[in-house]
Amino acid sequence: MATKRHKPARSAPVEKRQAERRVRARRESDAGDGGRIESGAVVVTGICGRLGRRLARHLHRERPVIGLDRRAFDGKPKDIEHHTIDVRRKKARELFRRPDIGALVHLGVMHDPRLGAEDHHTWNVIAFQKLLEYVERYDVPKLVLLSSANVYGPRPDNPQFIGEDAPLLGANRFSDIRDLIELDMLAQSFFWRNPRTETVILRPTHILGKVQNAPSNYLRLRVVPTLMGFDPMMQVVHQDDVVRAVRLALRPGVRGIFNIAGPPPVALSRAVKMLGRSTVPVPHTLARAGVERLWRWHMTSFPAPELDFIRYVCMVDDSRAREVLGYRPKFDLASTLEAVDEERWV
Amino acid sequence: MPARTALARLGDVAAEDVLPLVSRLWGGTRRSLDELAVRLVGPDFEERARLLQARYVDAGGDPFGLDLQTAKYALMTCAFFHRLWFRTEVRGIEHVPEGRALLIANHSGQIPIDGAMIGAAVYLDHDPPRMIRAMVEKWSQTLPFVSTFFSRVGQVVGVPENARRLLTMGELLLVFPEGTRGISKPFTRRYQLQEFGNGFMRLAIETESPIIPVAVVGAEEQYVNLGNVKWAARLLGMPAFPMIPQVFLPGGQMPLPTKYRLYFGEPLHFHGDADEDDAVIEEKVQLVRQTIQSMINRGLKERKSLFF
Repeated sequence: MATKRHKPARSAPVEKRQAERRVRARRESDAGDGGRIESGAVVVTGICGRLGRRLARHLHRERPVIGLDRRAFDGKPKDIEHHTIDVRRKKARELFRRPDIGALVHLGVMHDPRLGAEDHHTWNVIAFQKLLEYVERYDVPKLVLLSSANVYGPRPDNPQFIGEDAPLLGANRFSDIRDLIELDMLAQSFFWRNPRTETVILRPTHILGKVQNAPSNYLRLRVVPTLMGFDPMMQVVHQDDVVRAVRLALRPGVRGIFNIAGPPPVALSRAVKMLGRSTVPVPHTLARAGVERLWRWHMTSFPAPELDFIRYVCMVDDSRAREVLGYRPKFDLASTLEAVDEERWV
Repeated sequence: MPARTALARLGDVAAEDVLPLVSRLWGGTRRSLDELAVRLVGPDFEERARLLQARYVDAGGDPFGLDLQTAKYALMTCAFFHRLWFRTEVRGIEHVPEGRALLIANHSGQIPIDGAMIGAAVYLDHDPPRMIRAMVEKWSQTLPFVSTFFSRVGQVVGVPENARRLLTMGELLLVFPEGTRGISKPFTRRYQLQEFGNGFMRLAIETESPIIPVAVVGAEEQYVNLGNVKWAARLLGMPAFPMIPQVFLPGGQMPLPTKYRLYFGEPLHFHGDADEDDAVIEEKVQLVRQTIQSMINRGLKERKSLFF
């Protein structure tokens, strides 16, 4: 009796699994994964972000691009297919069933320190876990995650250049980075579990340009506050260099973790001087207390623990990207820094 | 509101009188410092700074934050002690190669003036001028100004990755394998080498860098340490608490103007496996240690007077 009751309930998943096997078989009969990686459609999550738009612009001329974002894509090029849906929805899953999907680029890591840690965590981790599930189930041959060099964290005992195998200690002092570290770890374990998918994790340093991230916003300030007596070396990278790194990561045969850095490192004070801004040195104890208060009063978008980024070094060794990926930054220091002042994207 | 007008007036005074005065004073001090520098360190100092600058600028700047404009002032202080205070005699500086090398020296003198003097020697007496790189305590990076100063004068955080990178960049790395055991020796144990650490040997083998043994004679007598007070050191969290009676005399805080003698030995080359057992590495370390000890002994025998 027990078996009888269970049978009809089970048949649906069985059918589904059979359907999936058919999809898989059809994919395997294609010209091989290499061809699909090279010319198959690229699903880009978070395509409506500033970096996502730039990537889409570069990519859509060569191959089909499918956007996946909760936001609407204004001014979208005609040949880009965009779905304004949450990746956790069933419709997103249907998308990955299509046999022409060649790669997934996950840019949709949300970083809004104002949002509660809980919402943040749920959205970031659950969404990425769902995506990994789709990639695994429907055999998407390529996965690119845009992580960040911030996962290593600025620390007084950092080596000057951190390698890819270093522990991710960024959340020690700055808990908001926890989501990103978790995503990075998830992608790493996925890399080992699923050799059929070429998994690439990119960890770029401070991205500068029209993007709305903390380092760009910081350098856009009219008067740049610095910590008195601290002047760490730092690395910056132009947004278009990051876009190029993503495109290089999409080539067949590339897998693993890559640190991405731009032009040679520069002292913070020199970078600010090159931009023609004036600085206000603030003692670090005062700065911390001050920023904490401003943060509580909603007068700044910089959480206080981020001050460590202008106190200690957090630079990466990008030799692996240079050797394996063939990546070279195209923008020199001056043009990378000046990118923060470019006219904002319409 | 009298308080507010007083404040405003104070602000005016600060903006109109004090600020230009301070900036003029600062400019003046800076100019006179520059002049003093030329007189102190010779006319080729600037030329040397330019030569050194070229070395780093061509490579797109130093990734560790060495800034020769700032380092110049530190080097001037070193030059004063090197040329006038200690009247350092330097022998065998030609053994220092143009490329990468590990400088291994004995550590002495309660405060690390010996490192600064070795730095001054390779800058002022070596052709072409070189910059010495050494490793500093991680803790120093949390201190304002100190951290910036160290990185501007070319000191790096003491982690093995940094040492490896400096050597592959072709730099000169100064290591005191005795560590604090050496520097805080009491006067009775002067010129007796303490135990050496093994890390430098593994580094030399791994990066195939030559080892230049360096003997410093004259630093032991700059501060006479009658003995270390263990409980005070423990209480203050310091590696050692030396008893130096001279610091209570007027002017005794400065080191005694002994004559420094720096001996640079011939390069030693070591090969093999960097991950070898401690016992094998130890043997090679002992070889370096004995070389330095015999260089010290020779220097002491040659020395006629402590101060001349």
